[in-house]
Amino acid sequence: MNFDFSDDQKQLRDQARKFLAEKCSPKAVRVVLDGKAPYDKELWKGLAEMGFLGVAIPEEFGGAGAGHLELCVIAEEMGRANAPVPFSSTVYLAAEALLISGSDAQKKKWLPAIASGEAIGTLALFEGKGNPAPKHVKLTAANGVLNGVKKPVPDGAIADFAVVAARTGSSGRDGDISLFLVDLKGAGVAVKSLSNLDPTRGQAEITFSDCKAEPLGAAGEGWSILTQVLDRAAVLCSFEQVGGSDRALEMGRDYALDRIAFGRQIGSFQAVKHMLADMYVSATLARSNSYYGAWALSTNAAELPEAAAAARISATQAFQHCAKNNIQVHGGMGFTWEFDCHMYYRRANAMALGLGSLSYWEDQLINRMRKKNAA
Amino acid sequence: MNFDDTPHEAEFRATARAWIGANAPKQYEDELRKSSLGRTALKNANILEVAKAWQKKKADAGWACLHWPKEYGGRGSSPIERVIWSQEEGPFAQLSRMFIIGHGMCGPTMMAFAREEHKRTYLPPLASGEKVWCQLFSEPAGGSDVAGLRTRAEKDGDDWVVNGQKIWTSGAHYSDYGILLTRTDPTVPKHKGLTMFFLDMKSPGVEVRPIKQASGASDFNEVYFTNVRIPDHQRLGEVGDGWNVSLTTLMNERSAIGAAVSTGFPELFEYCSSLMLDDGPAIEDRAVRSKLANWAVKASGLQYTSMRAISALSKGERPGPENSIGKLVAGSMIQDVATYALDLQGASGVVSGEDGELAGRFQAMLLRAPGTRVEGGTDEIMRNIIAERVLGLPGDIRVDKDVPFNKIPTKGR
Repeated sequence: MNFDFSDDQKQLRDQARKFLAEKCSPKAVRVVLDGKAPYDKELWKGLAEMGFLGVAIPEEFGGAGAGHLELCVIAEEMGRANAPVPFSSTVYLAAEALLISGSDAQKKKWLPAIASGEAIGTLALFEGKGNPAPKHVKLTAANGVLNGVKKPVPDGAIADFAVVAARTGSSGRDGDISLFLVDLKGAGVAVKSLSNLDPTRGQAEITFSDCKAEPLGAAGEGWSILTQVLDRAAVLCSFEQVGGSDRALEMGRDYALDRIAFGRQIGSFQAVKHMLADMYVSATLARSNSYYGAWALSTNAAELPEAAAAARISATQAFQHCAKNNIQVHGGMGFTWEFDCHMYYRRANAMALGLGSLSYWEDQLINRMRKKNAA
Repeated sequence: MNFDDTPHEAEFRATARAWIGANAPKQYEDELRKSSLGRTALKNANILEVAKAWQKKKADAGWACLHWPKEYGGRGSSPIERVIWSQEEGPFAQLSRMFIIGHGMCGPTMMAFAREEHKRTYLPPLASGEKVWCQLFSEPAGGSDVAGLRTRAEKDGDDWVVNGQKIWTSGAHYSDYGILLTRTDPTVPKHKGLTMFFLDMKSPGVEVRPIKQASGASDFNEVYFTNVRIPDHQRLGEVGDGWNVSLTTLMNERSAIGAAVSTGFPELFEYCSSLMLDDGPAIEDRAVRSKLANWAVKASGLQYTSMRAISALSKGERPGPENSIGKLVAGSMIQDVATYALDLQGASGVVSGEDGELAGRFQAMLLRAPGTRVEGGTDEIMRNIIAERVLGLPGDIRVDKDVPFNKIPTKGR
């Protein structure tokens, strides 16, 4: 049994950590946090040059052709650094949708552009309140044009193209939904930035008015493709969440060692020690669940749907837990704009909703466990 | 990343599986498989006798205490072979529970500190289950603070004379031998005045009284010592070095990697899958599903954490500290799971035993659960260990650290 990353993959992780420590300091994150730039363009360029954007994209489409385990270790570092770039929307959502269902021409057009950092992509799924469900998709596709409004769309204001979920039928079944590829720089697209919990990753409302679109995947297959995309993204996001959890835990631990109150290190009080021990427990459970998700993703195992849901729930809980208690360990200073604690708190809570909220994934997990038991 | 055995591991697994298939006491398999926390007895047999017979059979074929050297009754196996064995032993591993302390803690301590002739005399029958051992550390005045123990050992010629009381001693009522931590010098600070021995539990002056636990069962005992004589050659380690010797014992607790911790989740999921509530199947209920999902990811998180440790063993590396979370997570989880299972039963959840739902399975679990959060290190001690040894936080401030033991206050008020 080797339920661990290989030495090469660990080396890649170290390389990514070093690169991000240099290029993505908290100071750099703050440029985006303070609204001075929509994302960190220099970092995005650097990630492309390092080959990180296309690490799981096959070589024939301009990527490094490594694989999803390599992408997982990079994702962990992106989360640890709280990187203010459209990595998850472009790499986990748009690129994965193309890899699963794109035609050869579509892949040739967009994947090399993703790998080189020239194109930012996203998935336009949600239309206001609610978790992923076919019934919530109201945007229509007819005669090659889309009409409707999507929100929130992650990184929608800076994206060059989007995978859009559209209604092509009214039978009340999953087959009513189809996917389309849209060049967001074309006609019939109106984009509005939305204020959101985590300004280091934008959210937008996109209105499509008789907007030209080309089908992605077969008609009526949209929901089945989306389910696969969301499962893959759940595993990849879980690694970002694991990285963020570890960083929040480290920040809390370091502060507990430095800060003196009542004449001693606050980390010598059991109330603080035990809070940090519980954060370690959450982070460890999340890491182990995410490793299983990584195995299932990289081998395209039948266990992927269940593994993805478990990784999603566990990592979401861990990141929220570590981020909020990191602030608590810091006391009043943790609640200032100046300290970095709130960046992780914001990211943790935004990520908890992005692919559908916890209650959605809890439901998915139980459905999938029942299915397995029935089989 | 893969879950495959190496060729050597696969060969070992096949050999172990074949032997277990041909030799295990299959007539008890079903009962052992259905056992859960608080309920592991066999209906029509004495579990102690069945366990001893299985252990002896394993020892005769070279399958006992796999990681011990052959000359002491073991097999000289690698850590990963030991894990593979326990995976293959499956439900029959339940029968090893009465030997866990002897094999996991007393044996390794003897190996590290006993004289060679004692090792050759005492270890093989310990491995084969013919002799059962217990560990006499905790006292009424020293539980989490075990170094606060008061049982005195005083030198008298070539013997030591022991007076005092131990408590929470698992299995003392069926044990043949024990390792005993005593205070030999009360005038020095508490960690410095301790000395370790092993002794025959049938020695004159040893009295074992089973404790009736809050659950009604009796797994633990009080052990009283009245002028018990122990020859000096049964001392383990130097006089006054008992604390360091006991750390060896306690470190060996960690070697139980790969042993499944009981969370109650599989039992609860199975129960909810068939349970009908007023509004329909429990498994369709939104609130039930949410609870199950949250426990599911804890149970799977523990399982995969253990697999990470096993992977390290398989590569010949030392497992990381992550395995230290197992007991902490599982202990309170099984308590919560049992409480919730009874909640789902409504008013009838109060009925326990044979008249209860599933013959009182979750009721027994609930009543046994508080013990799991205390035994072998309380939740609070486990959190201290994680905070100090894993996260590097400062140790607790110990006001009694440098005070002679006989000057430490003994009453709160």
